[in-house]
Amino acid sequence: MKKILVTLFLILFTSKSFAVVTIDITRGNLEPLPTAISNFYIDNPEKFSEKIKSLKLEENLPKVIKGNLMRSGLFYVLDNKSYIQQPKLSHLKPRFEDWRLIKAQIMVSGKLRIDEKGRLRVEFRLWDVVSAKEIEGLALFATPSSWRRIAHIISDKIYQRLTGEEGYFDTRIIYVAESGPKTQREKKLAIMDQDGANNKFLTLGNELVLTPRFSPNGKMVTYMSYFKNLPRVYLLNIETGIQEVVGDFPGMTFAPRFSPDGRKIIMSFARDGNSDIYTMDIESRRVEQITSNPAIDTSPSFSPDGRFIVFNSDRSGFQQIYTMRSDGRGVKRISRGKGLYGTPVWSPRGDLIAFTKIHKGKFYIGVMRTDGTGERLLTQNFYQEAPSWSPNGRVLIFYRETAGGKKGQGSSAKLWAIDITGYNEVKIKTPTDASDPSWSGLLSK
Amino acid sequence: MSLTNIRNFALVAVLGFLVSACATGGKKRSANDWYTGTDTVKFLAAGVPDRVFFATNKSGLHTASKSTLNKQAAYIKSSGISVVVEGHADERGTREYNLALGERRANAVRDYLMSQGVSGSNVTVISYGKERPVNPESSRLAWSQNRRSVTVKAK
Repeated sequence: MKKILVTLFLILFTSKSFAVVTIDITRGNLEPLPTAISNFYIDNPEKFSEKIKSLKLEENLPKVIKGNLMRSGLFYVLDNKSYIQQPKLSHLKPRFEDWRLIKAQIMVSGKLRIDEKGRLRVEFRLWDVVSAKEIEGLALFATPSSWRRIAHIISDKIYQRLTGEEGYFDTRIIYVAESGPKTQREKKLAIMDQDGANNKFLTLGNELVLTPRFSPNGKMVTYMSYFKNLPRVYLLNIETGIQEVVGDFPGMTFAPRFSPDGRKIIMSFARDGNSDIYTMDIESRRVEQITSNPAIDTSPSFSPDGRFIVFNSDRSGFQQIYTMRSDGRGVKRISRGKGLYGTPVWSPRGDLIAFTKIHKGKFYIGVMRTDGTGERLLTQNFYQEAPSWSPNGRVLIFYRETAGGKKGQGSSAKLWAIDITGYNEVKIKTPTDASDPSWSGLLSK
Repeated sequence: MSLTNIRNFALVAVLGFLVSACATGGKKRSANDWYTGTDTVKFLAAGVPDRVFFATNKSGLHTASKSTLNKQAAYIKSSGISVVVEGHADERGTREYNLALGERRANAVRDYLMSQGVSGSNVTVISYGKERPVNPESSRLAWSQNRRSVTVKAK
């Protein structure tokens, strides 16, 4: 993959004045913030080639920002037909009364230039309409073709300024694209931007692939493949396309994830009907057995500080969630409610564990504290599992399947996201059926 | 009945109650939802069914399954073929757990075949988890048909 050049300059505007408008994202079901996003204006149109003009960045860049903010559920972006002021003046000297008139509380404006090196320069400003002040500003440079990333970085900036927390828009999702009948499902690795754009398939579908997960820096993916009918964990470099099998195990390896420092892969190895948890150091290839129990131990996930591991095991007779220290000692069962618990994933903030719960024939996505207290079920359905955290620990993406009728008709698999408040459940559009999503960290970090 | 016998009897009764109480703590249909029909069954050789079925989340072998596996063992030994035992799960579990469960089921079958004199070097296992259902419906019947192991000739 071509290396994308994005240079960030947090300059120009020093007027980071106190914002009257803020969003408290710890509360659920809040009123989305009425927001205006003006079209951006083109400062030097004579430098815009036909090709760049055809991208319609002045409209499409704000449109991508609008999509991001709307999907977050925290903003309501007002229809731009109602905007009174023109893009250029909105950016240089907004008339706040015009924006108050349409009930906007914040306004986003921007300016586009092509600089002497042919780079696209995007300057944006965030205005607090209520207190008539500029509260954020930023100028970014990039190759014109990577304009979408600029839109995502600006969206993150707006989100951060108003919520006080890092955003999650400049990120990607890796998932499994599915097609064909249920009995002979074809599965390919696919990657896309968080908003569904730039979808690309990474494998051809010749063999089953399952459960891809990003490395912390987003450059590598670990997943399971049935290549040559040997189900094993693989490591894929997204930039070079080079893939290799992880370790030299005499049986099935599965359920891989990276350690938070990206140096190890943690996974399960099944032998003689027993699955235990192992780690492998990627560089030295050193393998370490972490659990040793006749039960099924799988779906391991590290805590963000790397000191603990959460996993599911049926050692009690039924699938439940346990934590332990990273050396395998101090195993504690933390799931205590009725039903079965699986697929635990530690939040990047460290405070919560997301999981799948199966109870009375229904599937739930939920969160609990790391000691198992404070269980909250966010969504219930016929079948859903495999939550993955947004990098700021505020949103979960997962997949949901619908029931199949005769010959499996009507069955489908789609990606969904939900805030950990339990609100704002949204379907993530994918070109094909989709499962096993994994959310990357912030790309520009 | 002596006092000790009564105490033992009571203990057994209590244990039995505990076991059944645990069994209902998880999925309700956990004990006796084996598929006993023949609808999806194919044959490894004439008179040798290729598959056995399992209860939800279990890998234990039913008496009927053992009779099928006895036939498989006899056929494998007499013909000298190598086989692959595929382990499968229904769609009502998490993907990764189902991979492990399929492996556990396939190994339960492998162990039984070996107990009947089949050489371990002639039996390999592979788990498909919930990835390759034989019946694509979302119904109890389909799920019971999908919780299976299938013995196929090695290529």
